[in-house]
Formats: sequence, C-alpha cells, structure tokens
Amino acid sequence: MEAREQMNIVIVGHVDHGKSTVIGRLLADTGSLPEGKLESVKEYCKKNSKPFEYAFLLDALKDEQAQGITIDTARCFFKTRKRDYIIIDAPGHIEFLKNMVTGASRAEAALLVIDAKEGIQENSKRHGHIVSMLGIKQVVVLVNKMDIVDFDRDVFCRIKAEFTEFLGKINIQPLEFIPISAFHGDNIAQKSDNTIWYDGLTVLEQLDAFKNKKSIAEQVFRMPVQDIYKFTKEGDTRRIVAGTITGGSISRGDEVIFLPSHKKSVVESIEGFNVSTRDTAYADEAIGVTLNTQIYIKPGELMVKANEKLPFVSSRFKANVFWVGKSPLTKNRNYKLKIGTMRVGVKLVEVLSIIDAAELNVNTFKDQVERHDVSECIFETLKPVAFDLISEFEQSARFVIVDNYDISGGGIILESLPDIENSLKEHIRKREFLWEKSLITQEQRKEVYGHKSKFIVLTSGSDSAQNIIQDIGRGLEKRLFEMKYKAYYLGVSSLASGLAEEASIELESRYEYIRQIGELARIFTDSGQILITSVYNIDDYEAELLKLLNQPNDILIINIEESPFVNFVPDASIKIDNAVDAVCSILAKQSIILDYYI
Amino acid sequence: MNHLDKLEAQSVYILREAYREFKNLCMLWSIGKDSTVLLWLARKAFFGHVPIPLVHIDTHFKIPEMISYRDDLALKWRLTMIYGENTGALKEKKTFPDGKADRLTCCQALKSEALKNTLSGEWPRFVMDHEKKEYVKDSKQEKYTGVIVGVRADEEGSRSKERYFSPRDKENDWDVGDQPPEFWNQFKTDFAPGTHVRIHPLLDWTELNIWEYIEREDIPITSLYFDHGDGKRYRSLGCYPCTSPVESTAKNVKEIIEELRSGKFANIAERSGRAQDKDDGGGLETLRKGGYM
Repeated sequence: MEAREQMNIVIVGHVDHGKSTVIGRLLADTGSLPEGKLESVKEYCKKNSKPFEYAFLLDALKDEQAQGITIDTARCFFKTRKRDYIIIDAPGHIEFLKNMVTGASRAEAALLVIDAKEGIQENSKRHGHIVSMLGIKQVVVLVNKMDIVDFDRDVFCRIKAEFTEFLGKINIQPLEFIPISAFHGDNIAQKSDNTIWYDGLTVLEQLDAFKNKKSIAEQVFRMPVQDIYKFTKEGDTRRIVAGTITGGSISRGDEVIFLPSHKKSVVESIEGFNVSTRDTAYADEAIGVTLNTQIYIKPGELMVKANEKLPFVSSRFKANVFWVGKSPLTKNRNYKLKIGTMRVGVKLVEVLSIIDAAELNVNTFKDQVERHDVSECIFETLKPVAFDLISEFEQSARFVIVDNYDISGGGIILESLPDIENSLKEHIRKREFLWEKSLITQEQRKEVYGHKSKFIVLTSGSDSAQNIIQDIGRGLEKRLFEMKYKAYYLGVSSLASGLAEEASIELESRYEYIRQIGELARIFTDSGQILITSVYNIDDYEAELLKLLNQPNDILIINIEESPFVNFVPDASIKIDNAVDAVCSILAKQSIILDYYI
Repeated sequence: MNHLDKLEAQSVYILREAYREFKNLCMLWSIGKDSTVLLWLARKAFFGHVPIPLVHIDTHFKIPEMISYRDDLALKWRLTMIYGENTGALKEKKTFPDGKADRLTCCQALKSEALKNTLSGEWPRFVMDHEKKEYVKDSKQEKYTGVIVGVRADEEGSRSKERYFSPRDKENDWDVGDQPPEFWNQFKTDFAPGTHVRIHPLLDWTELNIWEYIEREDIPITSLYFDHGDGKRYRSLGCYPCTSPVESTAKNVKEIIEELRSGKFANIAERSGRAQDKDDGGGLETLRKGGYM
C-alpha cells in the first residue's frame, strides 16, 4: 500500500469564536471519531445536564471542561480520502498565547476562525500576525456562526474586506474566506443551501487543496550539527557527525565547511542504522556523516557545502522577536539564544520598534519588549554564530531566546550586522580607560624580576595531546620557577570550580572560562609575571579573544602537534617531545627571559 | 520522504536533543509495542548503539512472557537494563484483586510510586549484569533528570496535550495550564534544579503508524500481540488482572495493520481493554498528574 501524505494544520482565532466546534464537526463529519470518545463525551454532557457540543470532544481534560476554554494545543487526527491530517487546536485566550505559538509553529497551513456576529477581535489580528511571523504561508479564514446573522452575505463581505486589508499589511494573502456554521455543519463537509451566494470550497475541500511544503531538497545544503558520536562498544571506530538536514542534499565526496569555526573536510560516508548504504541524503532526514579528516568540531556548528552560498557569520543581527516570557526582554541582561543546534549567550542591544500585534501601531519609545509584544530589535551574541536571513532561507533564520530556563521568545533574522563595533571591544576600551595605572613601569618590574611579563597559551588539535598540554604547562611553570622566574600555571579546571563556577550551569561555560582566563591574564601580566595556561582545541575566534582581552600586554600562543586553527597563525608550533625546552628557547629568543641553555 | 520517514526523523531529532542536553537520562521501556519502537528509534539515532539506560517498572503482575522477552532483548542488544519495583506494597499485598486495594490504588502503588522512587534513586534499582546474565543491585543512585517516554497523542485526551519536552516540578506535578512553548524545532531543554523533564519522541505517532513501522523495520515484538489460534490477542499490554485480550484473529503484523486500517478496530479506542481508565472519567489524567506514564 502506498504511503499516505500527512499534513499539520493549526486552527486559530479569538476565544469563543468556535475553533473547537469546527474541529469537532470535522471529526464527526469525516467519521474520524473513535467509538469510545463520542460516547464518553455524550455521557459527560448528560451527567452534567449540559447540551452536547462538538467542542467537548476536544476538551478532554477535567480542568479544561471546568473553565470551558481551550488552554493548550490539542492534537486531533483525522483523514480525508486525500491525506491524513493532524489538526492542532490552538487556544484563543490571550493568556495562552504561548500555547498557540507552539501549535502554530508546527503547521503547514492555518485556519483562522472569526465569529460573524462579533467580527474581527483583538486575537483575530494578533493570531494573524503570529501566523505570519512563524512563516505559515497558506491561510484560510472561516467566518463562523453565519446562522446567527441569518447567513447575511453583507456581513460576510464586510468581514472579508476589513480582514483582507489587515492581513495584507502583514504579508498574508488568504487563499479563501469561507462562510460557515460549524455547529450546524454548513460548508464544513457539505456545501450549504443557506449560502447559495458562496461558490467557493467547503472547509474539507479547502483542506485537501492545501499544498504540502515544497521540497526543500532543491535549496542550499544546511545541517546544524546536533552532536558528534564516538560509541566504542563492540569495536565501533566511527566518529559520526549527527544532525538533521534542514535543506538541500549532501553526497559522499562533498567538501563541507563547519561554521562559525570555518573548519573544512570532505564527507567520507553517510551513516544510518538498518538502512542500505547510500551516497546521498536529502532535506528532513536525520543522518550522520563521517569525514575523511579528523577535525575537531563542536555540536551547534552549521555544516554547509563549500561550493554553495555560505550563511552569514556574525555576532550582531537585526531580528523580529515575539515575546511570551513572564518577565520582559530587557537590555544588558544575559539570555541564551538557540538557533539551529547552537546555544550561545545573547544580549538585547537595541529596541528599534515595538509593533502592537493587534493594531500594528508602531511604538518606538519603549525600551524593553513586554509579554505578547512583537518587536524589531538588534541582538548581540557572545561569540559569532552562523545564520541565514528569513528572506533567503527560513530554517536557519529562526531562533528562540531562553530566559531563566524557559523559552520566552521566538524570532526571525532580518539582517546581518557587521561585528566590528561589538560590546567586547567596547568593554576593553572602557576597562583600559578606567584601569588605575601603577607608579611602577613594566621596565622597572623587568629589571627587578629579571624577565618580561608574558601570557603563554598552550593548545593542540591532536586528540592524543588533550591531557599532555596540561602536563607541559605545569612542567614549564616548574622549569621557570626553578630558574627563579615569576611564573604561574592556571588550569581551566581550577577556574571552573572557582571564579567561573556560576558560569558552569550555562552551556556557554567554555566561552566563560576563556573570557575569565583572558581577564586574569591582563592582571597577571600587568604585575610583571608570566602566566601559563593550556586550553585544548582553541579555535580562531577564541585565540583572537584571548589576545584582545590580554591587551595591552603580550601574548604567546603556542601550538603543540596538530594545529586546531583554520586561519589563525600561532606564534609557534612545536612537538610534544622536549616541549618545555622548546618553549623556553622561544622565550629566550624573544628576550622574555635571559639566555636559555638546554 | 513518506510519513514514516518523517515521523522517524522527528523522533530521532528529539532523542538526540535529549541525549545531548541531559546528563542523567533514561528511557522507560514498558515492553509494549510503543516503547519498543522507541528503543528501536534510539538505535537509529545512535547508529546501532543505545547509550541510554532503559528503565522498566516491574509490578510483578506483568504477563510472564513480557519479562522473558525483555531480558532476551536486553542481552541481545547489550542494553543497560534497569528495573525497579514497589517492594513494600507487594509484600503488604496492597494490590488488586488479590489484596487490599482497588484498581487505581494498586496502579498508583505498583506503577506511579515505584516509578517515582526508582527515577529519583530513592528505592533500589536492579541492573542487568551481562556477564552473569542476571540482575544485580545497581550501585548508581543518581536521580534521572530526563526521562524518555513513549506516549502518543492519539491515545487519549490528556496525552494529546503533551509537549515533546514536558517539565515536571519537584512534586512530579504536571501543570497542564502552564506549559512551556515549543517554537519550531526548539524545545525546553533548560530546567531548574529539582525539576525533571519528560521527553516524548512518539507524540505524533498513531497506533497504526507504530505497526506500519514495526512491519517496515522488522522490529521484534512480543507475540502477545498476536492471535495464537484462540481468536484472542492483546492490543495493549499491562498487568494481567487489569488487561484483557481483545477478540481478534490477527496472527501477524500485516493482519494487525489491516485490522487497524479498515477492519474492526478502525474506530475503537486502543485502551478499551484497560480497566483503570474507566474507573473515573479522567482516571488516566489523575494518574498522569501523579507520575503515571
């Protein structure tokens, strides 16, 4: 038997405009109700002396029946001859807007229900706006409860004209307006005799007329790296880069780039379990690949093809955000950004405008984004991230913001902004400006201590050197100390449980450790000492960061064995053997210490 | 991609997301078809490996064949197989129908209570020793902060409101009215200390999808689901005092699919053979708030 097509549809609209009734009716009219369900609802109504309503079918929870409103998205399954549907019932009450978003962001098409008698209400517009922001292109408006206005064509046309104008402003061209009475079944599954003036589709026909998302296989290739697996059980030696392809296709032999690290490799194989070997994988597949070189990449990077249009890599961008958080989105607070599989610290830098989702009035005077606001803002991430623009490739232009454990807002990236004037440089400028200059000069310190100050960073890109670089760092400290130099080794793990402990709950803890080491180096080198640290697998960005933070003092970045860098050129590259001696020679050559003899 | 490919890809994505984000993660395996499909999806997600411990709550009222099937697969697939139980309630016979409890109380004690205390590590856990081929007391007592569960939205009302990542507070409570939003493919993966998260990779699957997938992947499934000649088979598995087989002559996966697509079960709820659902109108909802899966 041929596989059936499946589609997610969300149904939205103002509270009490009849969304649940529409669904209940659809389920009943297509014979999609499990036998047990209808009876139990009828029983419930009888017990509580309520007239039966289709909406009760969906209000399966006790809490909900007590309140009489849909508080969360519920999924209903039903089928037509053409395909299987999951209908997502989104709550219409403002309090539950975040639930509505949850439902709507999974849908390929939306039915927007408006009560013919009440007309367009606040949430009719607000939901329209959110549907637009979430990227749902297929929208149909159901003008419900037509029976209450005697199936008056003028009422229908008035709503149609007014709402078409509103939706036009937010870039939605509804496919159709359908006059219905969900309770009586007019124009749901069958064409109604009460609306002879209407010659469009019924709701059911309209559902089948929706088109499933066009194949995203023809787009450029994007795969957010979800994880890197190396399961060694039973002799498995594969190192698998795992992720779900969000667009395009990937084949064996393709050259790929990982962003933001810019590391390159070539796809060696496409992996899977209980599938036949294949050479190409396509959009929407959850796959894994092995690479032909052992490069070190981190979960969260975006894998793209080298010969296709590259995404942007920046730490500043302009975006539209929709906020559902309990507390407002404010400037200068740290949030977590989740884009693709990347998690990174983010700050709101500027609120450009707040758009009243219901009225589309633009308010440019607010300085924070409050619950249920839609706003155009500038954000800055702790370090550069890879993304696309919503106008070009929406999958990698969408993000969410986490505030205090909860997803509190969703956004779409409109524009990439240059990253030069970021707040890190601003921070260093300010720090240097406020630095209380000592009465002792660096020259004087050098004379007394017998050596110059220096920040020495040891790194490596070799798997096997992970722990060895720490030993070399400590060995170097000991050697310098024995020569009566003022040297100190500071390991990342010493920081992790000390100064940077608070940061350890954050996923961006690595960034935080590196930032702290950089700040400490500024102090140590200022005091005339030699500070040594070892950080495994530093990438280009992290090296630049350390350099920047240690300013205006000197840094020495030394790579041991395989280099972890793509473009960054370390001050020296040495081997594991006699590494301590090699570093000492470099220090002597640079006249940081006196002559050194092995 | 057909509908099964799509469902599979989404479930794999969710499993990988869970594995990446939760340090103390486990997967509940009830031995039934749904959680067995879930186990198979984990092998898909992790390329043949199952790097997540499987937890089974043994009520000691399970149909015996379920337990031998569990241990066979655990050994064959080299699973980190863990079980927990409510030793106290079993000893004091606070059970149904042979003891001093009604159905719901029994369910609460042998399943909800046992599950809660097994997950929190407060009660002993038993883990399969692959050398000895028997269970030994688990020395690890860490609390599981992420629990993967094979519930499906189409099973009954309360389950249709679940999120893929659904937080539970310190008291195990599920606040249905205030669930976190899920935007696109971004889920709640941050959680406050003391709380834990239930992860539901099968939410969008239907009973029919499960069987179609079992057929396509040729997943080994306990034969209790099939008719062995007496015209009866189990459609849903549980404890023998509270689960009755349904009248059906489906002898294999193919026939079950046929039965669900167009045959006698096309419009009959799956859990109709489960007695505890009927004891009060929202029985399962009450149980679920208390931690029942």
